[in-house]
Order: sequence, then structure tokens, then C-alpha cells
Amino acid sequence: MAVTTYSGAEQYNFEVVKKFAVMSIVWAVIGMFVGVYIASELAWPFLNFDSPYISFGRFRPVHTTSVIFGFGGSALFATSYYVVQRTCQTRLISDGLASFTFWGWMAAIALADFSYMLGYTQSREYAEMEWPIDILIEVVWVAYLTVFVGTIMRRKQPHIYVANWFYLAFILATALLHTFNNLAMPIDLFSMKSYSLFSGVQDAMTQWWYGHNAVGFFLTAAFLGMMYYFVPKQAGRPIYSYRLSIVHFWALGFMYMWVGAHHLHWTALPDWTSSLAAAFSILLLMPSWGGMINGIMTLSGAWDKLRTDPIMRFMIVALSFYGMSTFEGPMMSLKEVNALSHYTDWTVGHVHSGALGWVAMITFGSLYHMMPKLWDTKMYSRKLVEWHFWLATIGIVLYIVAMWISGITQGLMWRAFDQFGNLQYSFVESVAAMHPFYAMRAIGGMFFLTGMVMMAFNMFMTIRQGKRESAALEAKLAAKLAHA
Amino acid sequence: MDFLMWFSKPENTKPLGLVIFFVTFIGIVIYAYGSKKRSDQLESYRNIPFLDDQEDTKDKQ
Repeated sequence: MAVTTYSGAEQYNFEVVKKFAVMSIVWAVIGMFVGVYIASELAWPFLNFDSPYISFGRFRPVHTTSVIFGFGGSALFATSYYVVQRTCQTRLISDGLASFTFWGWMAAIALADFSYMLGYTQSREYAEMEWPIDILIEVVWVAYLTVFVGTIMRRKQPHIYVANWFYLAFILATALLHTFNNLAMPIDLFSMKSYSLFSGVQDAMTQWWYGHNAVGFFLTAAFLGMMYYFVPKQAGRPIYSYRLSIVHFWALGFMYMWVGAHHLHWTALPDWTSSLAAAFSILLLMPSWGGMINGIMTLSGAWDKLRTDPIMRFMIVALSFYGMSTFEGPMMSLKEVNALSHYTDWTVGHVHSGALGWVAMITFGSLYHMMPKLWDTKMYSRKLVEWHFWLATIGIVLYIVAMWISGITQGLMWRAFDQFGNLQYSFVESVAAMHPFYAMRAIGGMFFLTGMVMMAFNMFMTIRQGKRESAALEAKLAAKLAHA
Repeated sequence: MDFLMWFSKPENTKPLGLVIFFVTFIGIVIYAYGSKKRSDQLESYRNIPFLDDQEDTKDKQ
């Protein structure tokens, strides 16, 4: 292992990291606001205002795209560029190409959001963008891969730190998934509309091969890369076991690709395919928990930090939610459990315990660690970080508890029969029963969004403070030089 | 070239895939935990995130 001495900030390209980090927060506020809005539409339908542009069907992909690709994606670009430079102790291979990934990615998200509101969608879960936007994403992604791999290739540190393995697996897997899931034929060169190359059950299989691996590689592996760098940094101690991280990485890589078909239990998909997916889902519990234990045990001997450091609290709660949702997921993949949970709000709750509890919380912790360093200052308000933590945590709990109750109620109502063998409840009765839980979910989302807005304000003030301090320092230096 | 036809049958390639993946994974576990010397070497990589910490000392956080 090479020990490279001092690496000044000027040695690295932090400009692109800053841009992505700021836009990550902007997209989080937009995406979460839209999320709260559509949750409120379900509870209080007058909020549709009879406008097609903001109806649930069009606004929902605006929410998912803004939070997954806008907030999550930008945070991954930011942290991966930051981590790869600092652990390889070298600058990004091309500033121009890195800048292109920023503008290209922002354009893709903005265009996607506007196109959904105008009614353009290819109706594929987490991949609703129509073909021209898909091509833009493909080009940006190849540029991202080039920047990331090129930077690793000119590293000064002989060993590639494990966080970079996770980031690289995420970039490669996403390229593969995006390409094959979006194979489509446009109806005309100048039309946004296209049709998938696949049909019937093959199309469903392709969609969920993409859908679950987007969860596996975009929302899990990549954020584990974040975890393997920022948890040790914030804790001030190295990761609990490097060897465990190696086994974690390979086990996750071997198993994740097989599990997508558990979304298609009890469908036209051949039975053995979804059984195989369920078996791999259960096996996946082991590497998932291995990784969670590796992260949490990093704090071994310094548990007091949980009392004193709100950023550490974000990270450890994120790992706890990671453990919880990676237990819940395999359980829901069992056919018997799935027969109750599928098509209900339980699934929505499960996704959000992973997305809010794991993805968002580890991102908040990482951004709170990284952003003050980028502007060479400290957080504007620690109190607001504390407030953000509690609002986010309460919001998640309200959200997932509401969805558990709502989902299980739905599942039970849909399968209830009367003494004559007829369905006991009509569908609309189950919808009416959901109402209080939809309101509770919307309120949970409001808590989470409020915390997010506080973070945005806190970061805005932190950046302003950093700029003022740096301007004051420069003025002082200039004055000194003038007197010399 | 007839032997290539053997690979076209899922009943052949599925167990073959299982054997290849299983053996590879066991190989990785043995690589990670099999030798004391290599274990020490691997564990030393834990410190990579702290190698450019001199910059962090400037941080006021």
C-alpha cells in the first residue's frame, strides 16, 4: 500500500463534485415535494384539480425519476467522483468529460420530468423515459464510465479501495440494465413514441430484471460504496473488516441479478423462474446482513458518537433500515407471503423503508460529511442537522407503519370470501378502508420533506459561509502582499 | 463442433453455471480468509480513506 503525502484540494476536481452535490439537494426537494403531493392526491383527490398534467399517473414518475435519478443519481455522481479521487489520490481523468456528465445528467432528468407531465412515457417502472432521453442517458453513462475507469487507471494508490468496486459495479450493471430494458422501436424518427422490442411475459421479465437490479445495483451497491467510504471517515476509524467487504461485494454481485422474477409470482411467468428468484432472494439476506454488520461494527468501541454526532446517527440509522428492508424483501419474495402482499401498499412501504431509510439517510449523512469539506468550512447549524434527523426518522416511521397496516388490510380484504364463496368486499370498499392510512402516509412524507427543506437551507447557508470565509482569507492575503 | 450443441441445452448449462459460480465464490472466500499473511495484507487496505487526512486537519469540523 502506497502512502501518498498531502493532497491539496487543488489537486482534485472538486468543482464537478460541488455541482452534483448541490443539484442532488435541489432534486431531493423537488422530487420529495412531488412525492408528498401525489400522496396527498390519493388522500384528498380534489388536489388533482382536473388537470392531466399533475394527475397521479403523470406526476408519479416525476417523483420517482426526481428522487432516484435526480437526488440519488446526482449524489452518487458527486460522492463517486469525490471518493475515487481521494482514495486513488489522483485527479479525475478529464474535467471536460466530467462536466459533460453533469450537464447531460441534469438535462436528462429535466427532460424526463417535463415529458412525463406532457404525457410521454414508455410505462416501464423506473424507466419511463422515452427513447430520445434513453439515448442521452446512454451517452452520459458511457462518459461516466470513461471518467471513473480512467481515473482508477491513473491512480497513485496501487490498491483499489473497496468503495470504488461498489461504484464500478453500479456503473457497469446500470449500463447493462439500461441498454437492454430500453430496446425499443420508435414509431417515427420525429416522434417521442416507441414500442418495446419485447412482448408479453418476456417483456414483463425484462422489466423486472431491470426493475429489481435498479434497486440492487443503483440503490444498493452504489450506496454501499458511499457507506464504505463515509462511515469510516465520519467514525474516524477504519471499516470493521476489509475481508468481509470483499466477500460482501462478490456475494452481492453473484446473487442480485437472479432475483427480479420474484416480482412476478403467480403470473404467466414459468413457475420455476420465480421460485429460483425467491431462492436467491433468501440467499441474498446473508451478504446484505454481512455488509450491514460490517458498517455498524465500524463504530465498535466508539458508540458514544451516536449520542454526540447527528451525522453518525444518520449513517447508523441508514444501516439499520438497510438491515430491516433486506430482511423484509426476502420475506416478501416467498410465494405465500407474496400472495398476500403483492399489488398492495405493503410493497410501497417496503420500497420506502429502503429508499427513505437506507438510501436517503446514508446520502444525508454522506453529504453532511462531504459538503462542508468541499467549501472548507463547518456546517452552518448543527441544531438543524439534529432537527433534520428527527423529522426524517419520524417521517419514515409514519410512512412505513401506515403502508404496513394499509397493505395487509388490502391483502386480507381482497382475499376474503363469504359463506357462499363470493368475494366479501368490493374493490371500492378496500379503497375506502385505506383513506386514514393514505392521510397518515402523506403526513409522514410532509415530515420527511420538512427535514429536507431544512437541510437545503442549512447547506445554502454553509456554502455562503464557506465562500465568505474564503473571500475574507483572500482579502487578508492580498492585503499582506500589498504591504510586503 | 457438435460439442457446442451441448451448451445449447439449459439442462446442461444450468448445473454447469451453478458449478462455475459456486467454485468461483468458494475460491474468493478462500482467497479472503485462507492465508494469515494475505489477510494481514488485505486488512491493511482499510486505512486507504485516511491516507490523505492531512487535508482534513485543515477542516474546521
